[in-house]
Amino acid sequence: MAKKLIGDPIDRIDGTQKVTGSARYSADVKRPGLVHGVLVMSTVANGTIQTLDTTETLRLPGILAVMSHTNAPKLGGMDKNKSGETASDRVLHVFQDNLVHYNNQPIAMVIADTFEQAVEGASLVRVTYATEPVKPGLPTSTDKPLTPPRLPRVDDQVDTTRGDVKKGMAGAASTLEATYKTPTQFHNALEPHAVLSFWEGDKLTMYTTTQGISGYQKRVAELFGMPKENVRVITQYLGGGFGSKGTTFSQAMLGPMAAKLVGKPVKLVLKREHMFGMVGSRSATVQTMNVGATADGQLTAMTHDTLAQTSAFDEFMEPAGTITRMLYACPNLATTHKFIKANVGSTSPMRAPGEAPGVFALECAIDEMADKLKIDPLQFRLKNYAEEDPHRNRPFSSKSLRECYQQGADQFGWSKRAKQPRATRDGNYLVGMGMATTVYPVNRGESTAMVRLNTDGTVRLETGTQDLGTGTFTIMNQLAAEVLGLSPDQVTLGAGDSKYPEAVGSGGSRTTVTTGSAVTQAAQEVLKKAKKMAYSDKKSPLYAVAEAEIEAKNGRLESKSDPKKGESFTSLLKRNGNKPIEATTLSKSGAEKETHSMSAFGAIFVEVRVDEALGEVRISRMLGNIAAGKIVNAKTAKSQILGGMVWGVSMALHEYAALDTRNARIMNPNLAEYHVPVNADIRDIDAIFIDEADETVNPAGVKGIGEIGIVGTVSAIANAIYHATGKRHYDLPITVEKLIG
Amino acid sequence: MAEKDTYLIDGSNRRWFLKQSSALTGLLLAPPLVATSAQSTQRQPTVPPSGKRAITLRINKKTYKIDVEPRETLLDVLRERLDLTGTKKGCDHGQCGACTVHVDGRQSNACLMLAVMHQHQEITTIEGLAPSKSQLHPLQAAFVKHDGYQCGFCTPGQIMSGVAIIRQGHANSPDEIREWMSGNICRCAAYRGIVEAIGSVQKEGKTV
Ligand code: FES
Ligand code: FES
Repeated sequence: MAKKLIGDPIDRIDGTQKVTGSARYSADVKRPGLVHGVLVMSTVANGTIQTLDTTETLRLPGILAVMSHTNAPKLGGMDKNKSGETASDRVLHVFQDNLVHYNNQPIAMVIADTFEQAVEGASLVRVTYATEPVKPGLPTSTDKPLTPPRLPRVDDQVDTTRGDVKKGMAGAASTLEATYKTPTQFHNALEPHAVLSFWEGDKLTMYTTTQGISGYQKRVAELFGMPKENVRVITQYLGGGFGSKGTTFSQAMLGPMAAKLVGKPVKLVLKREHMFGMVGSRSATVQTMNVGATADGQLTAMTHDTLAQTSAFDEFMEPAGTITRMLYACPNLATTHKFIKANVGSTSPMRAPGEAPGVFALECAIDEMADKLKIDPLQFRLKNYAEEDPHRNRPFSSKSLRECYQQGADQFGWSKRAKQPRATRDGNYLVGMGMATTVYPVNRGESTAMVRLNTDGTVRLETGTQDLGTGTFTIMNQLAAEVLGLSPDQVTLGAGDSKYPEAVGSGGSRTTVTTGSAVTQAAQEVLKKAKKMAYSDKKSPLYAVAEAEIEAKNGRLESKSDPKKGESFTSLLKRNGNKPIEATTLSKSGAEKETHSMSAFGAIFVEVRVDEALGEVRISRMLGNIAAGKIVNAKTAKSQILGGMVWGVSMALHEYAALDTRNARIMNPNLAEYHVPVNADIRDIDAIFIDEADETVNPAGVKGIGEIGIVGTVSAIANAIYHATGKRHYDLPITVEKLIG
Repeated sequence: MAEKDTYLIDGSNRRWFLKQSSALTGLLLAPPLVATSAQSTQRQPTVPPSGKRAITLRINKKTYKIDVEPRETLLDVLRERLDLTGTKKGCDHGQCGACTVHVDGRQSNACLMLAVMHQHQEITTIEGLAPSKSQLHPLQAAFVKHDGYQCGFCTPGQIMSGVAIIRQGHANSPDEIREWMSGNICRCAAYRGIVEAIGSVQKEGKTV
């Protein structure tokens, strides 16, 4: 069981490789005879390809092939090319027909000896289309909203009601209706999607960029119609994903198809502008909140209606209303989800899908209601604190939100906040403070891990997980080491390759929860075997000592009450056949899934300075107080939360895809015009973890922390801007022109 | 597939590193990579293939003679021709800073430069920063210590920019560091760690 609640801040095991440039990301891998693929993208959003003229391209030196619907290898498993049960299987565009469903859809690939030749070749492919009318996305779409077949998490209902909303609203002293708009966003991991594929007979190997090695392996095998054992997927380093590499998108097929076509290893790397469409996006939403409360601040009713956009060919629904169901003790509540179809690339999970846009709406509405009632926004939240999950009617496995509020408020100086908005001024700047609750559910899948205690006292750990940059590889070693009483550098890890035991995809903050539990359990199994070996061995100093009395410490097994009584793993193993002890454990949720509600919680506090004349917003201070069970590594965990909070800044103030509604084309598909925060946008930022012991949630005692950072930050900033300026903003991002408008 | 052909995560720092370097050696020997073989300064002058130019580049204190097309960027020559893949391509348009190298000491976006135009200048990439194989440059060590990264993809560029601004005297306060480092996007948003790492090295006053 977890010994420390906040784990050692050890450096990443791959730190040296990352800072010296020796870390090989997928696009850095070389193969003899490697050739290069460059995609050709559609320039219309809806229609059919009439002609695809490759004459000029094929005249260039070095061109090996132009792959398109006219000559692409046919895929045996195309009947599986539909929207899957899980969020990660989406409909792909892999040159099996001549249909175009969105602008900037891949329609051909030029394969050439050098990258330069392929780029030039791609620029010379001439395409004509028969076009159809374009369905633009939100907010301009006038299409009929549809009810989605499901939400991405299978156990989330699409629509819910509890109590009697009408009655609740009638009983309210104060009511509020507000509509919130969030834009389409693109993940834009700094590493472009890359896939290097080669065939050896019917065996395919791919060095690729994926957040889910085993899901990717299965999906590729299924679409090719071949056994998954014939596909090997390797992701040694991943340059960020944020969801865009969680789904297996079209390039995963196009790369190996091209390798098959030309009979050589093909490297396909997306250009930055290709990452605005074919590799997913956060859906734009329009959300309407209704809130009713009594004069003394009890919520009486709430509704949260979400309209999102999805692609014309798929059914992903941004689940924005799910947190509203469980965050506050509100007796009467209804939530609905609908989508409209548009000629856009597939919408998909992006860091905190649903929670990020949904909690923006919820926590802004809560703030506005508190203001209406003239109650401090933090007090208002405390008044409606949910002791149990009001949606599932179950206790929480743990919930330390009160402590987060309290410690955050103290540390941030919340008591100094002016009662009135627009009351604090510093020169040209209006200064304001805002806060919001942040929350993220615990999502646990299935993972297998193998732990082997070697006769030299070191440990080998193998699990087919990937490390998105979050520190997974480092903390897996820490978890195994902790159980076995070793130091993490005595553990070597085999991961990042589908040849290792199958592990869950890294999305929905699942990795440490799931794979970390598998590692913990496998290590516990090994420890149990070692203890048994000791107490059954007449020659061991621990002979006949009760199992519970034995603990692992510093490479030894010893008696808890008399630490001198004990022996090292090496001497124990040596005497007992000199063979390693090994355990392989498949780990998944148990009864707790039915008996408890499990989420991480936190509070985000923000101070902004808004230039009254210029509308420029500077975030002068940000603090996140997070309770997420055991924290395995204080250093990497902090980076996760800070990174998430900066994503909150980005969503609140910077990021949006500008859509030309005439042709449904993104107008800013590059990092100059699609703004994400740079260093100078971030000042004083901090994250603090609250001690939280949770023995129910899972064997590792952890909750995910990849997404909780962004969730509450967006609304905390919007609320701080209101407090600074006295004006509410309902439409993200809150850019300069909105502030001076 | 032979184990040595792959790049596998294999263990704690040291063992992983060894494994990786041996994998790398294996690959460098494989045709048709030019890589180390192109370093030889003794190469006989030949007429380059049509459309190509024979050029000489000085990279990390080594001389490389290589035939390139005039349209090849310095970034692609480093990555695709010389197997110096530490320098990353995040955008290919001068917008992200992932490809930052030093050209005659100045931080420069290698994706915006044509290799043919930078002969006889001193080019330094992330691979050329550490004083030796077993020793990190102080800023590399500081990035590890302060967790100035997550995925590490922007990191080579961040470190090259960071070293340049320390040398140029633009790292005297957190705000100055933030301003001067704003040409390097970190989508993981490790900005706080980056500022702390650069600030700590600048304060120690070591020659970087
Ligand atoms: S790759 Fe050169 S600046 Fe982005
Ligand atoms: S560490 Fe991932 S982009 Fe900077």
